[in-house]
Amino acid sequence: MTAKGHPKAITRLLLHLHPKKVNVQAIKFNRTFGLGGIAALLFVLLFISGMLLRFAYVPSVKGAYDSIVDLQENILFGSILRNLHYWSGMLLVVVSFLHVLRVFYSQSIYHERRKNWLYGLIIMFLVVFSNFTGYLLPWDQLAFWAVTIMTNMLSYIPFIGDALADMVRGGNEVSETTLLRFYHFHTGLLPLLMAFLLSVHFWLVRKSKGVTVQKMEEKQMVDTNPNLIYKEIFTALIVIVALLLFSMLVNAPLLEKANPLISPNPSKAPWYFMGFQELLLHIHPGFGIFVIPVLVTTFFIYIPNIKYPNLNVGQWFNSEKGKKLTILSLIFSLVLTIAVILTSEFFLDLRNWMPNIPVLISTGLLLLLLYFIPAAAFLFYLKSNQKAEKIDLVMALFTIIITAYIVMTIIGSLFRGEGMHLFA
Amino acid sequence: MVFKKIKFNRRTFIKRAIYAALSIEVLYVFTRLLNKNNQSDKENGLYDAGNINFFENDKVYPFSKGHFYLSRFKDGGLLAISTKCTHLGCTIQFNNNKDKFVCPCHASAFTKNGEVLSPPATRALDIYPITIIDNKVMVNTSKAIRRNKYDASQLTYV
Repeated sequence: MTAKGHPKAITRLLLHLHPKKVNVQAIKFNRTFGLGGIAALLFVLLFISGMLLRFAYVPSVKGAYDSIVDLQENILFGSILRNLHYWSGMLLVVVSFLHVLRVFYSQSIYHERRKNWLYGLIIMFLVVFSNFTGYLLPWDQLAFWAVTIMTNMLSYIPFIGDALADMVRGGNEVSETTLLRFYHFHTGLLPLLMAFLLSVHFWLVRKSKGVTVQKMEEKQMVDTNPNLIYKEIFTALIVIVALLLFSMLVNAPLLEKANPLISPNPSKAPWYFMGFQELLLHIHPGFGIFVIPVLVTTFFIYIPNIKYPNLNVGQWFNSEKGKKLTILSLIFSLVLTIAVILTSEFFLDLRNWMPNIPVLISTGLLLLLLYFIPAAAFLFYLKSNQKAEKIDLVMALFTIIITAYIVMTIIGSLFRGEGMHLFA
Repeated sequence: MVFKKIKFNRRTFIKRAIYAALSIEVLYVFTRLLNKNNQSDKENGLYDAGNINFFENDKVYPFSKGHFYLSRFKDGGLLAISTKCTHLGCTIQFNNNKDKFVCPCHASAFTKNGEVLSPPATRALDIYPITIIDNKVMVNTSKAIRRNKYDASQLTYV
């Protein structure tokens, strides 16, 4: 505010993103952990640093790699700029993911927030897609082979897979067309789409009267400015300083220039897709790339549309029992996933044991059942012995899926070495 | 029951029809744009691998620029095998000591005729059509042929 008490137009606009008064419970840090706000901040940081990087970057096979090297070596603060963009992008994937977990487990996706859950999922997808399209731009070995692997994963989608992969790449291998295409997605279409969807996302939060709170009946309201605004600025400053420090200390990776003739050993997809790559090592690609993701996505979208008898909106894990069952599911999924991975890696050779059965059944369906039957039995146990309600079961299933993906991501990225062998 | 919820009259019908037509049009133009470059790739002609007499029987020759291996069998038959692993598209290498193709990315292995020796790959390596013109081996690298297994009809003889 200026001295006369007439805030400037932009300040006023920004202040109007919030309501005039907010619930005391809603602005406690451990209600949201500021995750949505941090994600929005990272989007802005990425937008600014990305705009600057565009002035240095040359989107061609000949020029891309050299322009990055030039940026890092000859331009003042060039490497900090690139690091900041890189680490903000990676952090955005993590923070958005945590944000999804937070709203899910605090029961903040039901009734009037149903639609916003869907928008949130779309934005989460766009965040990952943006990160992935940006991954190719440095045109080094890491980028080239990660994108080669990822686009080839697409070709396993039945019927349209090959056409889709060729369409994404603009040919049957990663080339200059792919680079240019990814560049335009990354710097044009996707940020624009996200800016639009973020506005809808924020507006829908306002429409549902802000974030959910633990005790809905207590409505002690305080002024947003300064109570919430100070907290936001404080968090934002900490994030910015931490990112800047990190960017000064840790360089974004840059390997040697991309060489289509030599694949590095091992070649890995970007870390957030390593769960898929790990899955693909065990199960038939038709299942790993198509059946399972479609089932999981449908389930996620469908969650808020189920009718729950005892829903406590805003309660972490719905109830104390829900919390207990969620932790139980987490442990169960941790053990089961690791067990199945080890079994499949060291003991199973379904393909050669059953040479006459199509691989779609032997390494596909059978392996899925190997995971599915214990999981179903566990859910049944929760229902009959632990008296789990519908909401508890949905949380349990969600927890199993998420934990499995995290376990696969960690095993794939950290425990696989040469030739993608475990503990190599 | 479900149909009761959907309000459907002349105005909404026209509105939705216009939206649908517009979206289809935009989508069509966009996919055509994205597919534009695919066609130009396919015009690339033949790759000249050299004189047929140069290739000894029972040996494998790399053509890294053409992205294929030329494998000559014991009976003199030729097979041009793509270097693109059928698992996730990494570039395979021929291991002379073990007499097999190995993918560095995820350890898939293939026999000399391109069949899967060990997973995660599920299908044999692609091949390219070979034509022999004036004793020269010409490989059509723009036209990969998918196959599940090797059979003798895939070989080209002089």
